[in-house]
Amino acid sequence: MKNSLSSRRLVVMGIFITVGVIYIIRLLYLQIIDGTYAELANKNALRYVTQYPSRGLVYDRNGKLLVYNEAVYDLMVIPRQVKDLDTDYFCSLLKITREDFDKKMEKAKKYSLYAPSFFEKQISKEDFAQIQEKLYQFNGFYAQSRTLRTYPDSVAAAVLGYIGEVNEKKIEEDSYYKRGDYIGMSGLEKSYEKYLRGVKGNKITLVDVHNREKGSFQGGKFDEPAVAGQNLYSTIDLELQKYAEKLMKNKRGSIVAIEPSTGEVLCFVTAPAYDPNLLVGRVRGENYKRLANDISKPLFNRALMAEYPPGSIFKVAQALVALDMGVINPGTGFPCDKSLVGCHNHPSAPTVKDAIKMSCNPYFYRVFQREVQRLNPKTNKIDSKYGLSEWTAAMLKMGFGTRLDIDLPSVRKGYIPDTSFYNRWYPSGWNFYTIYSNSIGQGEVTVVPLQMANFAALVANRGWYITPHIVKYIGEEGKRFALKKYKEKHYSSVDAKYWDVAVAGMYGVVHEGGGTGRRADVPGLEVCGKTGTAQNSGEDHSVFISFAPRNNPKIAVSVYVENARGGGGAWAAPIAGLIIEKYIKREIERKEIEKQYMEAQPCQPIIVRKPVVKQENDSVKHDKNSVKQDSTKNTKK
Amino acid sequence: MDKRGKSILNNIEWKVVIAWLFLVLVGWLNIYAAVYDSEHSSIFDFSCRYGKQMIWIAASVVIALFVLIIDPKFFSQSSYLIYIICMGLLVVVLGVATATKGAKSWLGIGDFGIQPSEFAKFATALILAKVLSAINVDMKQWPTRLSAIGVVLLPMLLVLLQNDTGSALVFLSFVFVMFREGLSYMVLISGASVIILFVLALLINPYILIAILAVLILIAYFIIHKRNRHTKFIYFLGVFIFCAVIVSGVQVAFNEVLGSHQKDRIEVLLGQKKDDKGVGYNVNQSKIAIGSGGLTGKGFLQGTQTKFNFVPEQDTDFIFCTIGEEWGFIGSSIIVIVFIWLCVKIIKMAERQRSNFARIYGYGVASVIFFHVMVNIGMTIGLLPVIGIPLPFISYGGSSLWTFTLMLFVFIRQDASRGDLV
Repeated sequence: MKNSLSSRRLVVMGIFITVGVIYIIRLLYLQIIDGTYAELANKNALRYVTQYPSRGLVYDRNGKLLVYNEAVYDLMVIPRQVKDLDTDYFCSLLKITREDFDKKMEKAKKYSLYAPSFFEKQISKEDFAQIQEKLYQFNGFYAQSRTLRTYPDSVAAAVLGYIGEVNEKKIEEDSYYKRGDYIGMSGLEKSYEKYLRGVKGNKITLVDVHNREKGSFQGGKFDEPAVAGQNLYSTIDLELQKYAEKLMKNKRGSIVAIEPSTGEVLCFVTAPAYDPNLLVGRVRGENYKRLANDISKPLFNRALMAEYPPGSIFKVAQALVALDMGVINPGTGFPCDKSLVGCHNHPSAPTVKDAIKMSCNPYFYRVFQREVQRLNPKTNKIDSKYGLSEWTAAMLKMGFGTRLDIDLPSVRKGYIPDTSFYNRWYPSGWNFYTIYSNSIGQGEVTVVPLQMANFAALVANRGWYITPHIVKYIGEEGKRFALKKYKEKHYSSVDAKYWDVAVAGMYGVVHEGGGTGRRADVPGLEVCGKTGTAQNSGEDHSVFISFAPRNNPKIAVSVYVENARGGGGAWAAPIAGLIIEKYIKREIERKEIEKQYMEAQPCQPIIVRKPVVKQENDSVKHDKNSVKQDSTKNTKK
Repeated sequence: MDKRGKSILNNIEWKVVIAWLFLVLVGWLNIYAAVYDSEHSSIFDFSCRYGKQMIWIAASVVIALFVLIIDPKFFSQSSYLIYIICMGLLVVVLGVATATKGAKSWLGIGDFGIQPSEFAKFATALILAKVLSAINVDMKQWPTRLSAIGVVLLPMLLVLLQNDTGSALVFLSFVFVMFREGLSYMVLISGASVIILFVLALLINPYILIAILAVLILIAYFIIHKRNRHTKFIYFLGVFIFCAVIVSGVQVAFNEVLGSHQKDRIEVLLGQKKDDKGVGYNVNQSKIAIGSGGLTGKGFLQGTQTKFNFVPEQDTDFIFCTIGEEWGFIGSSIIVIVFIWLCVKIIKMAERQRSNFARIYGYGVASVIFFHVMVNIGMTIGLLPVIGIPLPFISYGGSSLWTFTLMLFVFIRQDASRGDLV
């Protein structure tokens, strides 16, 4: 009986061995055949910690810092390690309330008991100094340093721009960026992002299941250190920038100054300006909202984006183009016939120079008529097309109606109308009388202040310009380099011999009787300039372009003061004079004048229900409509 | 005395002793690796688990020596006493024990805690051998069956009451012993069928499953009926009803009887629930750890998954992960082979016993060890649901190590004196 049962041992042993074989096959599959587990294990235990490079600094043309990185401290907490905390003392040290403490602690605990989370972000160096020496008493808390962009003089926000967290779209486009990374959002921070950002590094650490670091992976063999971003050496003159911002403090408008021989932008102001330190760190969001809602639009970069009608300053360009076309000569005179177009009281201009000096509207009506119509009334509709095409081409060569390739983002190109535009606008046909407003810088023509400054530099150079730019060199001494496009001269199509006529006219504006811009005069300096009064729906804009000295000019400036009663001569000209004086003489001798214009608040207040930008757009449209009405009247005549 | 001592030394199955030593040392090394921390690396740090395990190992060597010295008849004779003490302890645990991990299984004496449920396995192996080795026993007789089943069922129920399902299931392993002693094949087969049906019932819609079963049983009936005209249809109908009852009962049992965590574990295992963070976390991490070991493993102390606590309970129930990760396929399959070899060896040794007690006891030892190995390793490699029972000789813990050492060496002692007159 028992013997027969002993054969059952085979069944039992068979079961044992079968299970053993199944398990070994399973192990073979898990450990050798299926490779995914090794990968999953690495994902579990290796943490790639990004090493952030320090962002490049920005210097002014004299080596003074415009932007640097300041250390701030994040207070981190590992909830699990917090014990024996004197909470009241801790709160008083951090200047937070007990409720704040509880809230922050709760949040950290919710995130993880073992992994560090932010307790207090971006504590300033000063505040942290007091906390630092006592920090050892608080188990579970430690500090982690990081950097913030800091602007020692709180100026040039419109040039420098700001950085912010990268958005989803950019992350998709560029694999360099990961969620939470910072990227240049505007200004130089944006245009030079790839130089400023440096190269991120990687540190591989081992982590346990609670995400606690357990040392470096294979002694750091695979770690890649971060490479710091490159510094930018800008063309901005910090002293001049500060002075210009101060001058524009109570005003709306812009100032752009350029060194004509190099195209280097010396100062770049859009007013109202804001303190760039406002858009940094934990105060950024709130401040940004406030600035964005401000009706005076401090975030709107007027110097690059505000497309104003140029007004009378455009007459200089008109004269040059007409001379080059041969439709007038330097001695051509036209009577000041106010029946053509309104004008102020002045004697008729016998020469081009005088016409510029006195800014005679009927004179330039005639000039534009000759440019476009070539004085053959019978064929004027066909003529006008040839004339206008030639005119448009010449204007574009002066940097108008085209996007100047400055190293700042979102620059507008203004507008120079061409024949196809008018063909579309007036399908039934058009001629000079339809478009004559352009002769005096009204009508369809628009420019941005940067283009006007560039035009001043073009006249100062007698026929060429280098694209305005903000950055001179990228990188450190020895390895520094400049962008090639900022070394190339762009020539206007206007013949070299005519430029001195324009310069003489602009000299007259400031220095001679009947000149409209005499307030720009700086004793001892041969300032040349041209006033402009750009009409729009509100009070006229006061405009002035100038350069100095007359020979070998060092600086070319355009000044726009929005909605300022009194025309170009009243506000923009004296401000341009002060800028020139500050730059060339480094010191203002005319203290009374300085005080007068610094304190003045000439800009008509903004009507609250109409934001400024809207108003400007409206004004352009409005002008077009008015031109349309006027010209129909004229053609009927 | 002298002569007898010598004969014992000669008759001891040294291979089994060496296998025991090997497994215990492998266990200690892997506990050391699992708990390893470069800052506390002294192997004699008794505040750490590897330090404590060292003490448990030393104590188990003492136990082994003690067992080899004393008279082999002692255990056979005192098996009732041992059984009664253990059952008493189980009752005491139920009454006063402090709750640990949802299972009330610890009996604390000062800092020192023991698990009576571990020792109960030993006691049950003894008592079952005692009961079945008595004169005039026959597994075909109901009194024998009932007493055999009774002595196993009692500790099983007591452990179940402690909420320690895993340890309670271990007592099922004594089915192998009863099978060897004459329990019908039908019990094994129906047991296996119940398990298979249970799994199928959870995977397939019960109505469809019953329909499939009906078809299969009908086909089986016609095939067998063709060969043997005397086959009675009523048996097949009985089998079908039995299956149908189980299938429909499974749903009820699954939803009503099992605890929610047990349900979850089974559902995750069957792939009906994907939950790598919750219930499935342990198994998933365990598979990752073992799977990342590759052919030769990451090397001693080089495992990242086990070292950094991705795998929970890695020095106790999930110790096999450390082995799999650090020693790879080679190391882990050697462990499986050694265990299976040991179990088969014990069965072979049991068959050579003249004493029925020794033979039956040997089967008990092999069955308990095998069941632990199967369930524990099966759980870590994702073949069986998570049932928290230790890997014999290897997992951290005094009670478990001592029980298995005691069980094994009592059998080695019985085997060593197999030549003595009964």
